[in-house]
Amino acid sequence: MIAFALAAVSGAVFALGLALGGMTIPAKITSFLDVGGAWDPALAFVMAGAIAVYAPAVRLLQRRPRPLIAERFHWPTPRAIDARLVGGAALFGVGWGLSGYCPGPALASLTGGAPSAVVFVAAMIAGIAVTRAVLGARR
Amino acid sequence: MVRGLGGGALIGLASALALAAHGRIAGISGILGRALEGGAGRTFRLGFLAGLVTTGAVVAAVAPSAFGGGVRGLPALAVAGALVGIGTTLSNGCTSGHGVCGLARLSPRSIAAVAAFMVTAAITVALVGPHA
Repeated sequence: MIAFALAAVSGAVFALGLALGGMTIPAKITSFLDVGGAWDPALAFVMAGAIAVYAPAVRLLQRRPRPLIAERFHWPTPRAIDARLVGGAALFGVGWGLSGYCPGPALASLTGGAPSAVVFVAAMIAGIAVTRAVLGARR
Repeated sequence: MVRGLGGGALIGLASALALAAHGRIAGISGILGRALEGGAGRTFRLGFLAGLVTTGAVVAAVAPSAFGGGVRGLPALAVAGALVGIGTTLSNGCTSGHGVCGLARLSPRSIAAVAAFMVTAAITVALVGPHA
């Protein structure tokens, strides 16, 4: 119960940050990416603000033996910079540039950005499911 | 600028809480993609998604101007969504997991991923324009 509630608080604060930073307005994202046009720097400030808070928190938490309500820290383990990483990120960038949506803002926009965000999220979940099935079958 | 920094700080705070309490990286594509997996992380993932989606709905009711409409027609958005789903699953991350959490940890993988998606996103906008 406490674990679900704390996770929900984390998701709620994340959504508030996205909305305050203008990340739930797709035109602001595509304007940021439009480096040769009417460039809107908003996303750079959002990224800077997030990293300014998260980076020192990581430094502090790395010294702790375990998190508050879980057994251990789940630090990412993959190390390889390979074609799957770079190719996947490149595909993600095409979809992001086309729509101005990445996963977090799209999920937070399901009500406020309907029907666009709903169609985007449905297709995104289908893409995730198919890719996970193919990757799982190859394993 | 102040709104951007403030919004970013809240995103950083939310991500720090996920790490401090659950020991988990607040990467949205991973949280969504593995939401229906069993195991210890399930409560965290479902709770995080519930908070994210319901708070988005509350903000939409209180401040509808915080949301913008789609920049393309629905068929193009469906293609974009599929590309984002496929791409983030292959690369294990998106703007939050690689962009915020990975860059803050100075992860070489995340730096490579962010460089790749920023370049292809900018090329895409240069080719098709910022909106339809």
